[in-house]
Amino acid sequence: MDSLNASIVTLILLLPIAGAIAVTLLPDRGKTPCWTALITTLVTFGFTLHLPAYFAMGASGFQFEINRPWIENPAIFYHVGVDGLSLWLVVLTGLLAPVGVLASWRAIHERRKVYYSLFLVQQTAMFGVFVSLDLFLYYGFWELSLVPMAILISMYGRRNGPKAAVKFFLFTFIPSAPLLVAILWLYARTGSFDFATLQGAIASGSLPTGALRWSALAFLAAFAVKVPVFPLHGWLADTFSEAPVALAMVVAGKLGLYSMLRFHVGLFPAQARALAPLLIALGAIGILYGACLALAQRDFWRLVAFAAVSHFGLIVLGIYGLTTTGWNGAIYQILNQGVFESAIFVLLGALHLRYSTSQIGHYGGLAGRLPQTATLFVIASLAMIGLPMLNGFIGEFLVLSSTFTGVSRAWAVWGTVGVILSAAYMLWLVQRIFYGTESELVVSRPATDLGFAESIAVWPLAVLMLVMGLAPWLWMRAIEAGPNPLEWRNALALQPVAPHGALQVSATAEGPR
Amino acid sequence: MNQVPDILRILPEVVLTLTGVAVMMIDASLEPAKPRWPLGWVAAIGATLAYGASIFQFSIPEGAAYFGTVETSPFTIFFHVLICLIVLVTLLVAIDALPADSHHQGEFYALVLFGAVGMCLLTGAVELLVVFIALEISSISTYILAGYRKHTDRGPESAIKYFLLGSFATAFLLYGIALIFGATGTTQVYEIARAVPSAPNQWMILAGLAMMLVGILFKVSAAPFHLWTPDVYEGAPSPVVALLSTAPKAAAFALLLRIVYEAFPTLRPVWSPLIWIVAVLSMTVGNLAALRQENVKRMLAYSSIAHAGYILAAFAGLGSTGISAVVFYTAAYAAMNVGVFTVVTLVSGYDDRLPLVADFRGLIFRSPLLGSLLLFFLISLVGIPFTGGFFGKFYSFSAAVSGGAVVLAIIGLLNSGVAAAYYLRLALAAAQRAPKSDGEAVPVAPRVGVAVGAALLLAATATLGLGIVPGQVLRAAEIGAHTLQSPPPETQELPVESRMRP
Repeated sequence: MDSLNASIVTLILLLPIAGAIAVTLLPDRGKTPCWTALITTLVTFGFTLHLPAYFAMGASGFQFEINRPWIENPAIFYHVGVDGLSLWLVVLTGLLAPVGVLASWRAIHERRKVYYSLFLVQQTAMFGVFVSLDLFLYYGFWELSLVPMAILISMYGRRNGPKAAVKFFLFTFIPSAPLLVAILWLYARTGSFDFATLQGAIASGSLPTGALRWSALAFLAAFAVKVPVFPLHGWLADTFSEAPVALAMVVAGKLGLYSMLRFHVGLFPAQARALAPLLIALGAIGILYGACLALAQRDFWRLVAFAAVSHFGLIVLGIYGLTTTGWNGAIYQILNQGVFESAIFVLLGALHLRYSTSQIGHYGGLAGRLPQTATLFVIASLAMIGLPMLNGFIGEFLVLSSTFTGVSRAWAVWGTVGVILSAAYMLWLVQRIFYGTESELVVSRPATDLGFAESIAVWPLAVLMLVMGLAPWLWMRAIEAGPNPLEWRNALALQPVAPHGALQVSATAEGPR
Repeated sequence: MNQVPDILRILPEVVLTLTGVAVMMIDASLEPAKPRWPLGWVAAIGATLAYGASIFQFSIPEGAAYFGTVETSPFTIFFHVLICLIVLVTLLVAIDALPADSHHQGEFYALVLFGAVGMCLLTGAVELLVVFIALEISSISTYILAGYRKHTDRGPESAIKYFLLGSFATAFLLYGIALIFGATGTTQVYEIARAVPSAPNQWMILAGLAMMLVGILFKVSAAPFHLWTPDVYEGAPSPVVALLSTAPKAAAFALLLRIVYEAFPTLRPVWSPLIWIVAVLSMTVGNLAALRQENVKRMLAYSSIAHAGYILAAFAGLGSTGISAVVFYTAAYAAMNVGVFTVVTLVSGYDDRLPLVADFRGLIFRSPLLGSLLLFFLISLVGIPFTGGFFGKFYSFSAAVSGGAVVLAIIGLLNSGVAAAYYLRLALAAAQRAPKSDGEAVPVAPRVGVAVGAALLLAATATLGLGIVPGQVLRAAEIGAHTLQSPPPETQELPVESRMRP
């Protein structure tokens, strides 16, 4: 199996594309596209598991690296690799792909070929974002990830697909224009798109600081919209309401948050540090703002969207606290978010499919009729709330405790309020949908609990929530090696600590582990 | 040193001319009742032979022929190859798209070929009078082609508008040439470059340069000289628009490169800011106007104005990076734009019965092949990675950034965000379920014939190829750029390169 190490990343990138081609070529009869996509995603997931199995834990730097010239001039390399930061994100993407296929099993019943081929292209784009170490390549995958998403939202939107698709596309495409200019500027100055080379060049201080500040801002803006960070979340609620479940669960969060860590904090430590107070504030405001709006929603997709804004705020808080614990917590929370949010999406999607409405008020008393759905939904909600022993707790605890001890007590308290509110809106949602008296709508339709495809999509996620809550060290070993290579810490520590009113950013408080 | 027979240096033009004449002769000698489509295949074979002749020119050494008026170099060959391929695709589309009862099909094919002669000659000409003649050959053919549907209201209007404004622009160019001749005493490009720094009357040179720029920028339909474009594109048959929006523009860009980099390299401080302004204007005006269009052809016309702006942005790049970016972009743009117009031709039909964005609704459901291809070409026009359009934009703005025009690059890329809005409108319309029509006739799926299928395949392969493995074309563009940058073989003492760089 060692020989696989040299090409595993390429394999993971190519498999979904190959699957997409297979879906296109095979006839659109019955469930053929579904099975092709399922097999492709399962095999790809199997290959992503190769990464943690052969990952040298504790070693910093990139592993499974491939670095080959692609285009001579400009010097673009096919440079990919995985480190502790991206390792589990790749595996998570691999895991969510078959879950997505299973979630679409019943929901998508026309033009399956188009749907599944684009879905698979989307997978490649996401893998590409996580493994690219050449900025050009990264940008390519970043942009590519928008297209299948926009088309699928438009084609399979529930009511107003095209409008949501245009909104999504423009919101995320326009900020990537300054991002490309910044990348081009870095290339013009250094002659390289390579992540490590650029990191070194920026750290050496040979680039003009003024322009560097603008470049860092361009990077940050593109990522902040994609996450989305408050107040740039305008596209999220519409996208969640319209996008097919399998795409809604991957559209937000991890791509942008990962990019923030790798390409904003990682490339521009000094600039990220200068902006950290602002981002901490935005993150913290986002936590509370998202939670308050989630409380006010009547449509469950919109509720989940604002809940997501709140959770992303917490992760942003963890990232820009610039502490090692905060980073570990943030990365862990990105994974958690991916797991419990996907479960919630699949379950809500199943409800929407059965009762064709997303108005919470139309539901009520479903627990007796759909016991399996109710159980799973409660587990996922509890994980989302951050109940100890489930995965959400670990991430939230790490982020908030590092904020409390290392960054600012005020913001930590503020963030904790948001966490309490998350219990309020989620439990209220559970109560309104699953408990109380059975509503007219619920009585009028035959009760069909989760189908086979849906339950095998959600049960593994539920188990994972428990395992991730009980044995976080399985994941943490790699994560701890990842996001805090020595250079980052040194670059961060070089800057004098400047008090910013109530918030005091201190990167050195944690000290090297 | 010039042991290559002169005729070889204009071999593609000769082949195209002979085929054009042959097509006209056969057309005249055929009975009126006979179908004319085989003539299209004759013309297509001629275009393929001309393509082969262009490739053959790689094997002869660089140099000028006919008393230093026409040149062969990797730069000219690149454009010859490009133009021959565009013409080939246009002819293939026309074979299937032109109605069978059209009596002037022979003329149509011949005019396309004659137009190509002019365009090819334009890219190779290094003598301003030959430039003028070549431009006229290409323009007159395209004026007639634009009015080919003379039974419609729009056709003649389009042709007359194109003719009047086009000849006005040509007059500007000619007047500019005259002024340059007056100031320097020559019309040979390299000799102009040598004479310009020491010429006594600099004002006359500046005026001449400005007039020539006006003439050429009109041909590439850059703002503010773009007003003819939407009307002409709307009135002309779609296959002709596929040709009009790519081949003459590629040739005009080649001319622009030759004029600014070879004839007036020392005047860079003058023309560079002018082109900067025109680039920004073209992008912004083109995209903002395209946002409001309901007619797909008008929308694509404005989009072509915007793309001219993106190409002009590359002129901000220094030396060969800028030139190769321009050259590459013209190729990438040609591939995707010919592709998109081919799809439009098939969907809207020769008569443009379904010209509106709304008429494309549900195309992907009606005809999965055409729908997916339309989406693909539009994605490339937006500039999404792994398509030719992306690399074109990438090289263009990367040249601008390396030349210090960061603001231009930012404006350009924000513009491409705006552009995404209207391309997306069309793309999403195609990907949307058609509304339940009550009693209204559902438009049938367009038939894709052999010729048109080959054309689509060629365009799609080129667009995808330029997006995934652009290396080879880019290298060709760079070699071309270097030949444009280096002093011509006869005159070794001309340090163009050293004067170019500030």
